[in-house]
Amino acid sequence: MDDPLLLARIQFAANISFHILFPTITIALGWVLLFFKLRFNRTGDAAWMDAYKFWVKIFALSFALGVVSGITMSFQFGTNWPGFMNTVGNIAGPLLAYEILTAFFLEAGFLGIMLFGWNRVSNRVHTLATVLVAVGTTISAFWILVLNSWMQTPAGFEMRDGVAHATDWWAIVFNPSMPYRLTHMLLASGLTAAFLVAGVSAFRWLRRDRSPGVIAGLRTGVFLAAALIPIQIFIGDMHGLNTLEHQPAKIAAMEGIWETRKGAPMVVFGLPDEATKSNRFEIAIPNIASFYLTHDWQGEVKGINSFDHRPPVAPVFFAFRIMVGIGLLMFAVSWLAAWQLRRSGEVHHHVARVLVAMTFAGWIATLSGWYVTEIGRQPWLVTGILTAKQAASNVAAPMIASTLIGYLLVYAGLLAAYIATIFYLARKSAVPVHHSPAEPVRAGGATAAGDAVAAAL
Amino acid sequence: MDLTSATWLPVAFAGLMGLSVLLYVVLDGYDLGVGILSGTVQGEHRDRMIASIGPFWDANETWLVLAVGLLLVAFPQAHGAILGELYLPVAGLLLGLILRGVAFEFRAKSAVDHKVWWDRAFVAGSTLAALMQGYMLGLYIVGFERTAANVSFALLTALCLVAGYAFIGATWLIIKTEGVLQRRAVAWARGTLLLSGIGMVAVSIVTPLVSERIWDKWLSLPNFVLLAPVPLVTAGLFVGLSIVLRHLPTRTDRFCWLPFTGAVGIFMLGFHGLAYSFFPYIVPDKLTVWQAAAAPESLMIIFVGALVVLPIIAAYSAFAYRIFWGKATDLRYY
Repeated sequence: MDDPLLLARIQFAANISFHILFPTITIALGWVLLFFKLRFNRTGDAAWMDAYKFWVKIFALSFALGVVSGITMSFQFGTNWPGFMNTVGNIAGPLLAYEILTAFFLEAGFLGIMLFGWNRVSNRVHTLATVLVAVGTTISAFWILVLNSWMQTPAGFEMRDGVAHATDWWAIVFNPSMPYRLTHMLLASGLTAAFLVAGVSAFRWLRRDRSPGVIAGLRTGVFLAAALIPIQIFIGDMHGLNTLEHQPAKIAAMEGIWETRKGAPMVVFGLPDEATKSNRFEIAIPNIASFYLTHDWQGEVKGINSFDHRPPVAPVFFAFRIMVGIGLLMFAVSWLAAWQLRRSGEVHHHVARVLVAMTFAGWIATLSGWYVTEIGRQPWLVTGILTAKQAASNVAAPMIASTLIGYLLVYAGLLAAYIATIFYLARKSAVPVHHSPAEPVRAGGATAAGDAVAAAL
Repeated sequence: MDLTSATWLPVAFAGLMGLSVLLYVVLDGYDLGVGILSGTVQGEHRDRMIASIGPFWDANETWLVLAVGLLLVAFPQAHGAILGELYLPVAGLLLGLILRGVAFEFRAKSAVDHKVWWDRAFVAGSTLAALMQGYMLGLYIVGFERTAANVSFALLTALCLVAGYAFIGATWLIIKTEGVLQRRAVAWARGTLLLSGIGMVAVSIVTPLVSERIWDKWLSLPNFVLLAPVPLVTAGLFVGLSIVLRHLPTRTDRFCWLPFTGAVGIFMLGFHGLAYSFFPYIVPDKLTVWQAAAAPESLMIIFVGALVVLPIIAAYSAFAYRIFWGKATDLRYY
């Protein structure tokens, strides 16, 4: 472990992987909270406010983790990758600056009102704060995805003395992969939040917590997931076709196709071997890959061996299969649960258990997807312009290694604390502290104190 | 000197960046300071102190993101050079900010027996972040040369910045609290005022000594006479504050805002003194703002955006402060 480039990459990958977990939740959870709030405003049903109050705490926690891990990254651009800004700073700079100016301050400015301003502002202002926080998180995602897409499929610039200069900002922002990548990421965020809400609500439901917000949360999570997953599969396919056009080496690695051939098979499983440039233990279905990539059973698909710059195959190959596998699982589970909810108003307890197990399924799918796209563009940092190696700093390996260990320890601890706290909140909310004993609750004809009812349930 | 965009834009960006740093130091300064001081109390008082910064800390920290972001986008070479030199203290600063940021949320949500650990993380994170910022400031002033004398100077600035943040934090608490806690805040402010003053004197003496250029900027005539009001007003503020703090809190709580205003004044004067010393260099004596700047057309795009957006940010920040005006109450989600 004395290769500073590899260490710097691992460090950045660790930071960005940790960071992306939280925005993935908050981008969509902000809109879910707005949905709860608007339903409450419309119906006056306490269940929606109950759901809002529970989930706003998890939003706040996720947001804080996203903020602090995001600050880390703004420093690491300079400490680990000085060549990045020196080469493409004229393009990346304005995009990052606009993210901070239009999104960060908006979110941070109104978050305080959204979290703590309930008794200090009117309901209308509080709803507006919720809207602005949700808008802020989404704008933030927009700028970051614009920059990331531009790094994958650069456009609208010219190189002068080895430095990129912008020539057409419209082309930079709406670069070829941006619409697909942005939509794919926003839907991934929606699915992550949907499964989180469904999983935690199912957990509370299985613990016989019948707080009004539980079923509201469960229904919202399940129906949202069921609605988004088919769209996501469709968009994912379009994103793949876009990648085939602009980054064919990435597709070859995803599919595990080594040699260029007509009528390429779909490799269901295999162990890609860089040494022999082939898959071991391959299970493949003939002609399928050609069909879905070129829409022609005999279409030609380029193999990895035909590219000079090519990514490592195995991580891209496996990450892609994990992402697709979880996507299909999400499809099956969300539709089954949605069907049960429609039919009987509740889910079977086996399905509820599966939902609990899939609480963080969105994280795994999102991370896998990011690994596909980010490892898949190696060795490039900016396709065709700058390799990761050229951008690296000359900070000594031991220094990177020691800070890397520090970051990993902190991140592991925080991740454990985050998950534990979510389930702690889920358990705690079942304890009927918020049912004041003075407030009678009608249960099966008998009027009893809220405590007694909840205890008997 | 002809005024092309390549001449004035880097200066404008140095100004914008300076503004963000100043806002960060004042705003996150008081909430880091409250974090540092929260280690000395328990229970209800600690909750109340943390409640006084609850709605604000997130937005306050965003000014750091903007400052570092502007350094990154407007002066990419300087960003690499400065942060490369400060690799380990930056890692320490980030660790501190991570700990305190998450502790803030976790302490309010975790089980009671875990809360005390998050409280410790909050105090430790706040202190570590302040120490590292002071240490980085010290190293920046001496041009990143790590001799024994320079490192001890940086350690001194680290301690004094902790004191400075604790001071402005205490003055914030004088505004936002009442009763016993407010009296304690006055005592804290008195205690940290002296150490903050020592830090400012040390920085003022060392800065001209390490650079002939800065020496000439301050101590040649007529600059010496023209600039004399800066240290004199600063000294006056210190004396005024120590007198005011002897008479606080008053029975009607009038003038509770005075120490905070004074603290902001001191921070502003100190900041401008440093800015005057180093301008036009962004990496001391190595790289000027013009040498480090990104291409003018890209800077222009950001500049126009910043001119439009910053007033809006100022407006809604003011709105948020107005909503949470007055004495801090218990922080409840609903």
